[in-house]
Amino acid sequence: MSEIERIIKNIEAGKTTATLETESAILRAKADDSNAILEVIEERALERAAGIDKEIEQGIIRKLSGVPFVAKDNFLTLGSKTTAASKILENFKSPLQATAIERLEAEGAICIGKSNLDSFAHGGSTENSYFGVTLNAKDKARVAGGSSGGSAVAVAKGIVPFALGTDTGGSIRQPASFNGVVGFKPSYGLISRFGVIAMASSTDTVGPITTSVADAELLTEILAGQDKKDMNVMSDGFKPVESGKKYRVGIIKEYMADGVDKKVRDRVVELTEKLAEKGHKVIEISVPTAKYALPVYYTVVPAEISSNLARYDGVRYGLRAKDAKTIAEVYGRSRDEGFVDENKRRILIGAFVLSSGFYDAYYQKAQKVRTLLINDFNQAFNNVDFLIGPVAPTLAFKIGKNAHDPLQAYMEDILTVPPSLAGLPAISVPAKVAGDELPVGVQIIAPYVKDAELLNFARVAHGVEHE
Amino acid sequence: MSRIIPTIGIECHVQLKTKTKLFSDTDNDARDASPNSKVSEIDYALPGMLPYLNKEAVRLACRAAKALNADVARFSMFDRKHYFYPDLPKGYQTSQMYNPIILEGYVELPSGTKVRVDHAHLEEDAGKQTHYSGYTLVDLNRAGTPLIEIVSAPDIHSAADARAYAEELHKLMTYADISHGDLYHGNMRFDVNISVSSDPDKLGTRVEIKNMNSFRAVEAAADYEISRQMKVIEAGEKVVQETRGWDDAKQKTIPQRSKENAKDYRYMPDADIPPVILSDEQIAEFQSGFPKMPAEYRAEFAVLGVDKSAVNVLLAERAIAEIVSEVLEKSDAAKAKKVANLIISTLGIADDSKKIKLPSVSDLITLAEMLMQGEINSNAGDKIFSELISGRENSRQIAKDENLIQVSDTGEVEKIVDEVLASEVAAKAIADIKAGEQKAIGFLVGLVMKESKGKANPAVVREVILTKLSN
Repeated sequence: MSEIERIIKNIEAGKTTATLETESAILRAKADDSNAILEVIEERALERAAGIDKEIEQGIIRKLSGVPFVAKDNFLTLGSKTTAASKILENFKSPLQATAIERLEAEGAICIGKSNLDSFAHGGSTENSYFGVTLNAKDKARVAGGSSGGSAVAVAKGIVPFALGTDTGGSIRQPASFNGVVGFKPSYGLISRFGVIAMASSTDTVGPITTSVADAELLTEILAGQDKKDMNVMSDGFKPVESGKKYRVGIIKEYMADGVDKKVRDRVVELTEKLAEKGHKVIEISVPTAKYALPVYYTVVPAEISSNLARYDGVRYGLRAKDAKTIAEVYGRSRDEGFVDENKRRILIGAFVLSSGFYDAYYQKAQKVRTLLINDFNQAFNNVDFLIGPVAPTLAFKIGKNAHDPLQAYMEDILTVPPSLAGLPAISVPAKVAGDELPVGVQIIAPYVKDAELLNFARVAHGVEHE
Repeated sequence: MSRIIPTIGIECHVQLKTKTKLFSDTDNDARDASPNSKVSEIDYALPGMLPYLNKEAVRLACRAAKALNADVARFSMFDRKHYFYPDLPKGYQTSQMYNPIILEGYVELPSGTKVRVDHAHLEEDAGKQTHYSGYTLVDLNRAGTPLIEIVSAPDIHSAADARAYAEELHKLMTYADISHGDLYHGNMRFDVNISVSSDPDKLGTRVEIKNMNSFRAVEAAADYEISRQMKVIEAGEKVVQETRGWDDAKQKTIPQRSKENAKDYRYMPDADIPPVILSDEQIAEFQSGFPKMPAEYRAEFAVLGVDKSAVNVLLAERAIAEIVSEVLEKSDAAKAKKVANLIISTLGIADDSKKIKLPSVSDLITLAEMLMQGEINSNAGDKIFSELISGRENSRQIAKDENLIQVSDTGEVEKIVDEVLASEVAAKAIADIKAGEQKAIGFLVGLVMKESKGKANPAVVREVILTKLSN
């Protein structure tokens, strides 16, 4: 039985209440010593829980009645600040909520806190958070991964049964892998981005972090579907599928190269062997342009970041540098003080690749290679139903390892960015590891909008791995 | 030295009269609203906000295309134009750089000159800044208002034509019901690019004069700038590529920004807005029920036999042109001409700011009939017309109430004629007429008119005098 299912069953049986679930989740969040939670939402959460308990008394039980969760702190929420783990929004309070939060609340879920991330989701370790690093759920000397590190740790440590994250280039999948939970990045446009602080508009996605694939399916069904406030959301929504079909699965050749930690590769091989035993056809397949995905990503995404972060100018909200006299000083000093180094690095790269005279050579060329990558994926999916490979080239690394080597930090994204650039759905399913070993995930990638099929297969794979 | 030719291209920003802004549900009509009262989270660029494209703006752009004799792009896209300014909340303006919605077209000036339109694109307006006692105040009411920017080819060669082009654009946009066209509130703003060259095959260095919101300023700035540049060239110097502003008080252009300080806008496609893809059917639907354009009225009004500048007065507002056209349709060219002349003589000199009410077609036709049948004289016609435009109705009633009907009753006229003819002052004229000097009759008619206090119908008076004298 999944975590969410268990709570709903207990609510139905009268063994627990929304208030009880909310209070205990709040207590766990407060007791947590891994810096996963930036702010606990107490007052609003308990008020909502009381309201939901009244509903339950009247026999109204919704899909998520009384289920507590945390949202990455780049989702706009009521009853708390929304900081994007930045100084520039350190005291920012939103007058409205993200569509994703609204949809979960409409089904009775209760947001009890905001989880840590790399500032503005720039990073893969939470070390770029203005509020400090989140510690790995399994090993406190190691990073939680990121950027949705706080969300992954909150679920891995059982603070909440699920959390919301965002994934622009691996920010749900990689921390899920590092902490041993399920992290699903849906197709671009499946879930509304309204009310989510934008990183890169063309690859930003919203997704759940859970302990089971079944919970991810349930949440995706609630979160997906047309939203008048985000023009890129597709109208079809999401319906889970249940199929015992035997699939064709392709191990991505380029993902299994020497640069990838053997421990990581072994888990992929073991899972595919088990899948083959169950009658799925496993072959090796090449996605040749995948090797160019990282430079493409670190051209296109900073360009979009430099644009999306232009609104943080100290004029209307957020930090305004003290004693700034001229408008140039307001801009320059507010942004200098309010952004962390990694924010600035990406803004500078982005401004550079978009600048007159360089646009064609960098941004435009990167977009062309991106099209080739999409073609390559389409080609691969002519022969297989799903692609499979590692999530990240390493296990959770030691805190500070990449502190002075941003390029090495970018390399951690090498296996997660290709599906992001192509808009494809991808999931990190935890592999089976010995009790004293670090968690590791296996990445499964599906064709565009085959989210339901992907989750159906991921459920099978997760089951096979842990039966 | 060979002749120096000025070349002018104009970029015109037209605010669209949509109900809501280009990317949000905020009320778009902020003309008399208090500052920052028409601003939503999206217009304010709160974190996490996304644009939602207003379909009505796309519809109006399609209609603008038709007014500009241009094709609508089947595929257009939005791009981000980046710069930091306190009145630009997102830090970029959402515009169309690479794939504009309106393709090549042209505007035909009343003179017959054609000015090509290079393209026109949809974009959002920025807010407004006011400088006050050392502070800069920002009003975001206008931020996000839909605009189309119409970019002309460098086809204009005089300040007068620059103005004519601006005026014609204004007519096209208001006739097509795309913009309120309220210049005072900045509904249409003009950037004028000017260069001069002695080589007809080569353009000179371009100077841009930004952000003018009156036809007069467009013409005056172009005039000033052409002669300034000519003087520079005649002095053997080079024109500097720069952006200048028009100082209305000093009636001169002043430097604002040189090319070295030109901004790099770092354009990029806006991934938050899907491409606008329009089918032939959709475009046809958006352009259906298209109103008559100024050129069509000009052709129609040719039968009135009034001169071109007078026709321009009739076309100054679409509603006036519509009324004249309806009078023409429901009566005849002669009556319509009477009406046209009333409009031209009254509205041609009217103060723009004065609110006038447009008379009904039937009142105008009645008025024209009364004039033509001699029931009232032309002074009375002007008087009735001015009553009509100040809000009164029923021309005949006004004539009666104001005692303006001419005396055509022969009996009554005869009485006055008899009195006049018997008077001493008339004696010489009567003698002259009898001696064959027919023009003296005018003097007698004048005396009768004076005696009747202008109410007698002069034609009837003349008739009666002639009859009496021939007896």
